[in-house]
Amino acid sequence: MEDGIGIWGVPLAILAGAIRVSTPFIFVSLGEAITERSGRINLGLEGTLVFGAMTAYAVAVMSGSPYIGVLAAMATGAIFGLVHGFICKFPKVNDIAIGIAMMQFGLGLAFFLGKPFIQPVAPRLPSISLGGWSDLPQVQSALTINVLFIVGGLLALALWWAFRNTRIGLILRVVGDSSDAARAMGLNPDTVRLLATAAGGALAAIGGAYLSLYYPGSWNEGISSGQGLMAVALVIFARWNPIGCFLAALLFGGAGALGPALQSVGVTQGYYLFYAAPYVLTLAILIATSSPTRALVGAPGALSITK
Amino acid sequence: MIQVRDTPLPEAGKAVGIQTIGMTMRFGSFTALDNVSINVPAGTFHALLGENGAGKSTLVKCIMGFYHQTSGSLSVDGREVVVQSPKDAATYGLGMVYQHFTLVPSLTGAENLVINRAHVPAVINWAKERRELATFMEKMPFQIPLDRPVQELAAGEKQKLEIIKQLYLGRSFIVLDEPTSVLTPAEADEMLGLVRGMTERGELTVLMISHKFHEVTKFADAVTVLRRGKMAGSGLVSELSTKDMAAMMIGDVKLPELDTRLPVAADARPILMVNGIKAPDRTGLKSIDIGNLTVHAGEIVGIAGISGNGQKELAEVLAGQRPPEAGSISIKGTRYGATRQESRINNVRFIPEEPLSNACAPKMTVTENLAFRTFDVKPAGGNAVWLDMKRMRQRAASLISDFKVKTASHSSPIAALSGGNVQRAVLARELTGDVDLLIVSNPCFGLDFSAVAEIRARIMKARNAGTAVLLLSEDLDELLEMSDRIMVMSEGKLVYETPAISADISVIGAHMAGHH
Repeated sequence: MEDGIGIWGVPLAILAGAIRVSTPFIFVSLGEAITERSGRINLGLEGTLVFGAMTAYAVAVMSGSPYIGVLAAMATGAIFGLVHGFICKFPKVNDIAIGIAMMQFGLGLAFFLGKPFIQPVAPRLPSISLGGWSDLPQVQSALTINVLFIVGGLLALALWWAFRNTRIGLILRVVGDSSDAARAMGLNPDTVRLLATAAGGALAAIGGAYLSLYYPGSWNEGISSGQGLMAVALVIFARWNPIGCFLAALLFGGAGALGPALQSVGVTQGYYLFYAAPYVLTLAILIATSSPTRALVGAPGALSITK
Repeated sequence: MIQVRDTPLPEAGKAVGIQTIGMTMRFGSFTALDNVSINVPAGTFHALLGENGAGKSTLVKCIMGFYHQTSGSLSVDGREVVVQSPKDAATYGLGMVYQHFTLVPSLTGAENLVINRAHVPAVINWAKERRELATFMEKMPFQIPLDRPVQELAAGEKQKLEIIKQLYLGRSFIVLDEPTSVLTPAEADEMLGLVRGMTERGELTVLMISHKFHEVTKFADAVTVLRRGKMAGSGLVSELSTKDMAAMMIGDVKLPELDTRLPVAADARPILMVNGIKAPDRTGLKSIDIGNLTVHAGEIVGIAGISGNGQKELAEVLAGQRPPEAGSISIKGTRYGATRQESRINNVRFIPEEPLSNACAPKMTVTENLAFRTFDVKPAGGNAVWLDMKRMRQRAASLISDFKVKTASHSSPIAALSGGNVQRAVLARELTGDVDLLIVSNPCFGLDFSAVAEIRARIMKARNAGTAVLLLSEDLDELLEMSDRIMVMSEGKLVYETPAISADISVIGAHMAGHH
């Protein structure tokens, strides 16, 4: 180990890892929070994420701009969401089953279309260095924060504010809580859910763009390790609260960084066990916060899992 | 028909009167509403009486624009108007408070009010809205906390908020659909009294759908009675007796009468004994705490209380759906854990509220649902492995005819039956065979006269045959009619007990409202 930092490298690495690993979780879970607040579940976000990663990478390679890549990913994510929302408006269609189908479809299509882009190198998204005040290279590298993380944090705040202070936010909550009340108000729940699913898809695709354009920063078929699926669980864990989603993603990211951090300070035994930490943590927290005799607080009433 | 909008739009806070002329509504060959003309002058309180299916809601839905009448017309303040949709009705100042709340549970009162407005700004300035709401609320007869999620409000508060919502939206004629079905007598009197005050001041016109004669005689100016889609009579309340109204409502049908109440034997043995039960409620924030509750054979013990005071949790504990944290339940002296085995040995039967979702498998057939207690035992005793479909069908057929369950077919899903018939089917299943203990929760909620009379007669018959009955109900009239003893449940505790024969409604009401 280098001098001066020693065991402090572990929390620092966890912090850096939390920021780095959590970004895709933030976007996917915020997107899913929007969709679920409208009363629908989109399990297909894993497919949207991977397809977004491929689109962002391919467009960035071709245009030379990572930002255009991110925008292109958002557009395809929105299309995936629209397809999901459109199919779900038909009677007797189950949103969870459609989500699983859309996930497989997204993965397959991304691998098929993405083959030619495994080799070329795309421009990376920039990052901002906030560690200039320190002489330690570890601190500097830990505080090099990607742009999307900051955008995600601001977005979480904005959504939290919008859910209570804007017309669109209130309409979304009305539709998610009671389809009947929404209809009585003259709103069409299907349209609201269609748009909410599209917005959720667009955000999930940003998460994918982060994977291919920043960390790990390449396109291949193993780029996602289930972030799209775990994010759906994070939304429930965060009780459908955008700020909760942000914090849950950070916690999850931090737990995910535990394994590599311990490895870096020289723990050689059993660190693979720590790679499972995020999942164990999620399970433990979900069990600890749930109860068979209490209703789930904050769950949108029209959500198919709460019926 | 050309739509003419020559009626001056109503001012908020100034009552409008309405009139229907020859209103007729046909659904295919079925006439739901046949030439009904009613007149509700501005600033009056009008009651609409009738049994389920008499056409009350059809009439109201025609007025509100949910249905388009086959023929007939509607006038607002003396001018004929065409109402194509609830939105049109709203422009003329007509609004409706539904029996089932249309407030969004997770939104606060203020959010519910603002989002229902015709024009909501894209970004809501809550500081300004709150100021305006506070000014608005000063003029309102009742005060409601607007900053709490609606799901935390008591039923009475929700009902008031529904009315406030209509006034906030500028309605000056409102339809109240059985507004007091979830309120305590005191709450109901207060609410209706305040609404009546508004009609007297000329701020509001009210058309109230009701089943309760005492409310009609106390608060309404005039009444219209519907029977099978036709006008059965109308008049000023001051000139009609309750008997006249009842006769108009049900015609010459003879209602089943309750068996004469046999006295409870002095040495009747205790069947159900509950001791020190504690259990958390569904929010997990409060808990119920039942000190001591005993029900004897041949006795009906009624539990009164406003909904949400732990009755549901008590019923769930007794049914084994909610594990108690402490205390014991014993039946006939042995400990009872509500397993299928134990309920079968002790002949415990259970009729929960909303039986379709709580005591039936909605998509399974009537025959299958009727066999839930018996499908897994052989007639000779012992566990059955194979289903005896023939015996199930025979049994279902006899129960259906005994209990007069109206169903298209024995093999139609039970969810296709009307509420009263589901209730009858569940009653048939639970009351057949030996029953030592019957736990019933709100058995008559939302049912019409004849179904109610029938179900009450069945329960009374079971009581006289020696069944111990625990009756949880939000309807005080039902408890007074049925029970031998009445206990009041408030905030999770049994706070008051009285023999039904000497019960004083106002004392019970005070305990229900938490004054003890």
